Amino acid sequence: MSKPRRYPDETAGPFAAPPTSFEDREGREMEIRPYDGSDEEFEALVAMYEAFDPADRAQGIPPGQERRIRDWLDNILDGDCLNVVVWDGDDAAGHATLVPDGDAYELAIFVLQAYQEAGIGTHLIESLLGYGAEQGVENVWLTVERWNRAAVGLYKKIGFETSDSESFELEMTLTLSAQ
Amino acid sequence: MKVLLGVGGSDDSIRAVEQTTARAATAGDELTVAIVENPSSDRSREEIAEMVREILDAEGVDAEIRHLEGDPGSSLVDTAESEGFDEIVIGGGQTSPMGKINLGSIAEFVLLNSHVTVSLVR
Repeated sequence: MSKPRRYPDETAGPFAAPPTSFEDREGREMEIRPYDGSDEEFEALVAMYEAFDPADRAQGIPPGQERRIRDWLDNILDGDCLNVVVWDGDDAAGHATLVPDGDAYELAIFVLQAYQEAGIGTHLIESLLGYGAEQGVENVWLTVERWNRAAVGLYKKIGFETSDSESFELEMTLTLSAQ
Repeated sequence: MKVLLGVGGSDDSIRAVEQTTARAATAGDELTVAIVENPSSDRSREEIAEMVREILDAEGVDAEIRHLEGDPGSSLVDTAESEGFDEIVIGGGQTSPMGKINLGSIAEFVLLNSHVTVSLVR
């Protein structure tokens, strides 16, 4: 019953779909691939979130303890969700996800502290949106804490526009161009 | 403790009724349930009152169920302050498909405006 979200008239993209690889600003060779559903990748993500700094949580996610992390991952790594992971060798360094919500998708992105401020977030979100566009996703929304300027700046650069600024969290939306 | 439990009918508010009623049964709180106007709830006031009554009966807790008119946040704060309640209890937020906690507008208003202690139930 909540009011419908407004999506920008102007579309964003096209974005390169994964797999992609790049060198980050620290000179690390990183690779972005869609999540493959294997036990190895699942466990690598559990390890990443166990190492995640609680200070970087947003609105309760990622959750804190291993059991909660596993429950949460079970939910968002499920079949209908779209997930991409950025790898430093066998280690997951970041993860971005699109979770279905009616005819739109909710987006979130996480980069492990040791890999932040190296340009990885931009590559990761672009890959996720490229993957999403490939799978027919059109409308994407997210919420972000308004004080989190780095994140808000990244989302704006990608093409997100503020759709609701009346709540605690800022709501932003994006329309993906077909590709 | 004299507790005012605000219920708008969302799922998190029903969870708040369950937890607060269970606590009242153990702690002997004097509980009043206030059903407020909540345009974003799909449940009617009658449905909500019936759900609350069932939960209270199941726990064997005797509590008054009231209907508050007008703006939900301010009617809760007004009632709590003018009638000497020790605490306002409300639902602590819905979660998005992603699992993000979102604070509703009622919770936001009550948190920022109440001079009475506020509990958000998770």
